[in-house]
Amino acid sequence: MALTIASREVDGVTVLDLSGRITLGEGSVQLRDAIRDLIGKGQKNILLNMGDVSYIDSSGLGELVSAYTTSKNQSASLKLLKLTKRVHDVLQLTKLYTVFDIYDDEASAIGSYK
Amino acid sequence: MDSVGVVESAAEKMAAGAGLDEDEVFHVTMAVREATVNAVLHGNEYDPKRKIEGSLENTGNDLVFIVADEGHGFDPDHLPNPLAPENVLKSSGRGIFLIRSLMDEVHFRQLHPGTELTLVKHLAPAGEKT
Repeated sequence: MALTIASREVDGVTVLDLSGRITLGEGSVQLRDAIRDLIGKGQKNILLNMGDVSYIDSSGLGELVSAYTTSKNQSASLKLLKLTKRVHDVLQLTKLYTVFDIYDDEASAIGSYK
Repeated sequence: MDSVGVVESAAEKMAAGAGLDEDEVFHVTMAVREATVNAVLHGNEYDPKRKIEGSLENTGNDLVFIVADEGHGFDPDHLPNPLAPENVLKSSGRGIFLIRSLMDEVHFRQLHPGTELTLVKHLAPAGEKT
């Protein structure tokens, strides 16, 4: 299943609800475009809801890292919400778990931007 | 890239059929996907004139996946460590690391031209399965 991205605003935070796979050719480009679009519009608070992301490969990890560094370079803050076990395990294996701010519940994640 | 999905599905089916648990099926499937993407993207550089050859076998003791490309080859012993602080924020360079982390054995053989990659996942003897 390819990646679908739905956007919503919560207390000044843009939440992107991601669903599907973030892999080469299936979701990486959509994620890149979505993040660039938000950064281009000046959005500073971005939360990626990963609760329905079933799979991420090395290309998808690369896109997450690029999204993180692009955001940081533009003084924006990109955080992750609700990792599935698969995504959690891969982030841990690659030490990216320590790079991102990761939250299990949305209220705490939104509150962290204040 | 459609062929990557086909290989990935075949690996998943074979791993599940071999009695591996859910996590191990995921490990095999992911490693096979990474190896196949590497062959298409980094090995053959998307060149449709270059071929990929692969096989997937359950020997009874192991699951063995072999993939060979016709690219320029690379030195697997001198790849940057993606866990090093200076590399952790790089947007690429994790594929081989993931393959090595997820499989029991990984072997590289330089072809002329190309690289052959052999991935092995050991199967527990029937008596040791729970």
